Formats: sequence, C-alpha cells, structure tokens
Amino acid sequence: MNASAKLSVQGLSKFYDGMPVLERVNLDVAPGTFCTIVGASGCGKSTFLRMLLSQEHPTRGQILLDGKPLPAEPTPDRGIVFQKYSVFTHLSVAENLVLASEFEAAPLTGKLFGSGKRKALDDIGELLERIGLSAASDRYPAQLSGGMQQRLAIAQALVKKPRILLLDEPFGALDPGIRLDMHELLLSLWNDLGMTVFMVTHDIHEAFKLGTRLLVFDKIRHDPQAPEAYGATITYDLPLNKPSFGDRDPQDIAGAIRAAGTPGQSSPSPINHP
Amino acid sequence: MRIINRKPSRVVSVALGLVPFVATITAYTIASHYRRLENPADKLLPSLESMGEAFWRMAAVPDRRSGDLLLWLDTFASLWRLGTGMAVSTLLALLFGIAIGFIPHVRGALAPYLATFSLIPPITVLPILFLTFGLGELAKIALIVIGTAPVMIRYTAQAVLDIPREMIIKAETLGASVWQMVTRLVLPQVLPKLISCLRLSLVPAWIFLISAEAIASTSGLGYRIFLVRRYLAMDVILPYVVWITLLAFLLDRALLLLSRRAFRWHHLGGDAL
Repeated sequence: MNASAKLSVQGLSKFYDGMPVLERVNLDVAPGTFCTIVGASGCGKSTFLRMLLSQEHPTRGQILLDGKPLPAEPTPDRGIVFQKYSVFTHLSVAENLVLASEFEAAPLTGKLFGSGKRKALDDIGELLERIGLSAASDRYPAQLSGGMQQRLAIAQALVKKPRILLLDEPFGALDPGIRLDMHELLLSLWNDLGMTVFMVTHDIHEAFKLGTRLLVFDKIRHDPQAPEAYGATITYDLPLNKPSFGDRDPQDIAGAIRAAGTPGQSSPSPINHP
Repeated sequence: MRIINRKPSRVVSVALGLVPFVATITAYTIASHYRRLENPADKLLPSLESMGEAFWRMAAVPDRRSGDLLLWLDTFASLWRLGTGMAVSTLLALLFGIAIGFIPHVRGALAPYLATFSLIPPITVLPILFLTFGLGELAKIALIVIGTAPVMIRYTAQAVLDIPREMIIKAETLGASVWQMVTRLVLPQVLPKLISCLRLSLVPAWIFLISAEAIASTSGLGYRIFLVRRYLAMDVILPYVVWITLLAFLLDRALLLLSRRAFRWHHLGGDAL
C-alpha cells in the first residue's frame, strides 16, 4: 500500500529555557517498525514525539525522514492521535472521517456538497464498519464513549495514509477491557497499512505487547543537587520479536529497567507499571 | 431531605418563577393606589389602567401632529440602529478576532492596541462622534460599534486561542491550508461562543443606544422616554421601559434558540441560562 518511512534521529537535544530535556538521542528506525516508547513522567518522551511531528523543533541535531530533514511543520505524511482533543467536536463521526478528502477536493471552502459529499461518505463506509462506528456515524464526539472517540481518532489519523503514525498515550484514559479491543484494532490496521508507528505509553505491558521495538527514555546522569541539570536519552533499545515474546517477562525487564534507572534516588521510578 | 437535593416539579418551577413578578406588580399597584388616594392627579406612580391607555395611545392612535404610530416608529428606529451596530460589531469580531487569535503576527501587531482601545469609556467618545459624523444615524451606530466591538473582538480572539492545539495540529496533518482551517475548524468552533458574546454585548449596546438617542435624536425608544420626561409622563415612560426589556429579552432568547439549532454539538454538554 503506502510506503512506510525510514527514520533517522541524529544527535538530537532539546532544551527548554536552557534546561535540557533530551540529550544526544540517536536512533535509526527501519520502515514498518512498531516502536513503543516508555519512561518516567517528564522524561521527554512526549517531547520526542512532538518533534517527530514537527510540533516542536530540536535545539540540536536533526531528524531525517528517508534521508531528508523533516518538514518544519506538521504535514499529512505523519498522522497523530493524542490522548484527547484528537477529533473535531463540531463534526459528526462521518464528517470527521471525510474532512481530509474535503480539504483535498475543495481548496477554497474545504467543504464538499451534493454528489461529491455523497461519494466521500460512501468511501468511508468500510472504514466506519471496521472501527465499529457505522451505527454511530451521525453522532457527535461528545455523544461517544472514550473508546469510540479514540477509535475514530485512529481512523481519522489514517485516512491520509501517513507513512508514520504517532500515538501519544492514546489509550491512557480508557478502561482495561476497552484497551484490549483498541490493541487489536491498532495491530490489524498496522498489519494492513504497514506504516511506521511511534507510540508513547505509560503501560509497560502494552509496550511489550504491541511493539516490535521498545525504547526506554531515562536520564543517564543524575545530580541530586540539581535534578534538572541533565536531560534524558534512550537508555534501553530492545528489539521485540513477536514469536519469542513468551521468553521475556515484562515484569523482569521492567524491574531491570527500574534498577538501572536512577539507583538510590527518591525520584519516581523510570517505569510506572501496575 | 436536604433542601439542596429537593427539585421542584415543572409546574412548581414555573409558579415559583412567576412569584417575584407578581409580587412586584402587586407592590406597585398598592403603592400607586394609596398615593392616588392622597392626590388623584399624581403623576409619579400612575395606575396600571392609565399606563395601559397611554401605551395603547402610543401604539395604535396616530400622533396628532405627524400622524405616525409613535411606538412602532420608535421601535423600528431603535431596532434598526441596534441591529446595524451589532451586525457591524459581529463582523469586526469575526474578522479581527480570528486574525488576532489564529495568526501570531497579527496578534503581535494588534492585541496591545486593541487592549488599550477597548478601555476607552465609549460614552466619552460620543461628543467626538457627534462632532465628526453630525447628529444623524451614523454617530449613534458608531457609538454602539465602538462600545461593543473591542470587547467582542477580544472575546473572539480568546475563543480562537482556546481551541485545543491538538485539533489545529490534527487539521494540519489532514492537509488543511490556513484558510481551510479557518472555514472548517476555527469558524465553527468560534461561532457559538460569538453568539454567547453577542447576547452579553447586547446589554451595553442598549445602554449606548438609549444614551445616544437621549442626547440627539428625533425618534427612537430612548428619545421618547427622555422627551416625555419633561412632562413627568410616567404613564408613558414605565410602559416603554417594560417594552424595551421585552424586546431585549426576546432578542436574547432568539439568539439562544439560533445557537441551539445551528450548533447542536455545542449544547450537548447541557448548558444553563
């Protein structure tokens, strides 16, 4: 279908007001990888995701997409799902999904009418079916459950067939049972479309279950007198082989990560898991 | 059961709502009655009947001098000024509010100026308006615009800034141009809030309208009230005040209804007032 992208991060640092959040991040990601990103709160994993989206820009270093620097602003080649506010509250489910094709077809008004609109609505019928929202296509997001809203958000982010899909704690606000459904949906969409995925999550089990590659963000150096002095970087980069998943116990690795994180510090452990 | 948990039924609710109105009218009637017992020619608290007669005279009997039905003439003149002024203010609020709220460079250029301009007490500008635009319609409409537009622009700009950044970024990743984001995201998100702002701005708009009409005009509800004041004609003034209140109330309800019809999604969370 769509070609996914090779992504290369080189010497990336991000400072806020002179304080480092991320330092010396280097990463090469092969096309079609499902990268899950975990780490303590405030370790810069969401900042990293925002830089992949071009919502923020690196202080130092660069991010290359197929050898070319990322565009300076968000573009359709990178889809995004946030934890909330991902869908348009003033549009119904179906309108949310046809919006991208309306933008493309009607440069002036951004809105399709008559037969053009009907065609666009027909085109998303299958997608609606797939995310289980056919019956709710006329409802507004405020009338949907949290899980339905996130299914809509994921479908909407994939309408433009982005080569990279970015997910910022997309299931953080959902019930465990709903999360399982969402995992299934996400994995099947990823299998079909083959895009590169970056997903930030707080849930270590989710990270192991979904990812083909796990990235752990943490601070290597820590100065107890100046906790802000050093930024975080990628401390663990684990390839996850789906078939051998059973060999690795998430609990063990989570424990190892925590032990290696910031020993003897009162700061929160790098991995929060239940 | 605690009183905070006791909910009135629909009928009780309506009845309770009527109580203060009935109490006010009753109190007035009693006061008026005793005052007129002492002096039958009293003009300060006219009876309900004489007010009814005066209102009927203004509404249905042609004026002896001009042959006009004064109430309708005044109402039309005032509503035309109010409507034109608020239409201009709303248009300015949309144009400048969206530009200021959505485009950082425009915000940098205009926000401090607007913040300063909106602090000018509008009534102090009235003499300047009369001197520059003359005593015609333009000065009165300009006063309404100057009085309401700056606040409406600021409110609209804030409403644009309040749109979650996530939505704007999402629109960018869906390939929207700036203009398409304005038409499909910013405008629909802002319009229901602009209607709320319009409803609130109608209160000062009425004040500016009546003030301008009181000072220099030959028709209008404000003009009439300040004209008949010279004759102590409370029997005209009081019904006019009630009439203005009724018009303001109906305008407010109409805008609320419009918002509920046109922006159903905005009212899903359940809203009051």
